[in-house]
Amino acid sequence: MNPLLLAALRTDQLWYAVPLIVVVSLVYAATRHEEMGPILSHALRIGVWIVSFMVVVFVILLALSWWV
Amino acid sequence: MAALLAWLVPGLGHIFQGRTAKGVLFFVCLVSTFAYGCYLGGNSELGWGRVVYVAWRDDDTRLAYLCQVGIGLPALPAIVQASRAKKGKEPWWKGLMAPPQPEGFGNADELTTRALARQPSLDTLHFRLRGYFELGTAYTMIAGLLNILAVYDAWGGPVFPETAKKEDDQDEPQDDKTKEEADTP
Repeated sequence: MNPLLLAALRTDQLWYAVPLIVVVSLVYAATRHEEMGPILSHALRIGVWIVSFMVVVFVILLALSWWV
Repeated sequence: MAALLAWLVPGLGHIFQGRTAKGVLFFVCLVSTFAYGCYLGGNSELGWGRVVYVAWRDDDTRLAYLCQVGIGLPALPAIVQASRAKKGKEPWWKGLMAPPQPEGFGNADELTTRALARQPSLDTLHFRLRGYFELGTAYTMIAGLLNILAVYDAWGGPVFPETAKKEDDQDEPQDDKTKEEADTP
């Protein structure tokens, strides 16, 4: 495994992504619905989608660092 | 009007339209993101909000501001500071959102260079703030871009209320029945 990728895995830096994910999810969901219930449930779905996407990208990079 | 208000202050356009909950949500989310970006991109010594500034020079073309200005009023002090510098006057508010000092090889005129002589250079900002300069830039840019979405939402007006739509769907068959009853002799 690439040691540079491991070095990039400083979890304290990843915390800065959390407020952005929350805000992006809430604002995007709020542009799609009018009431708070649907906004919050849609925001949760988008948040999960963003985190999943980040995990997939991480796994791809990890795999590339393993083989390349 | 609502779109203009929504650009000027995030959420204000929605409150103007009577969509108070959404307006408050937009205001809290976007202004706090922008404020946190300004906090990350500055300190008490260098001045706050150093990541939000207007500069269009050979040595520093600040394209990020085009995204940051989407937040409206909170990003407008940067224009005030840049126009003051252009007139040869020193920035206000302890350098809040003031452009960095030109570094000699840009196309800044003499007045601007003299006005910004006491401001930190871009090199100094990067050196002192390190990664937080980029983080602050990202936060403020994202806040500005998200407010453009909110402005579009205010411009489009409220969508048809979901509960009212369901009620209408339930009402329609009943209306058909009453019509049929009326048609039968």
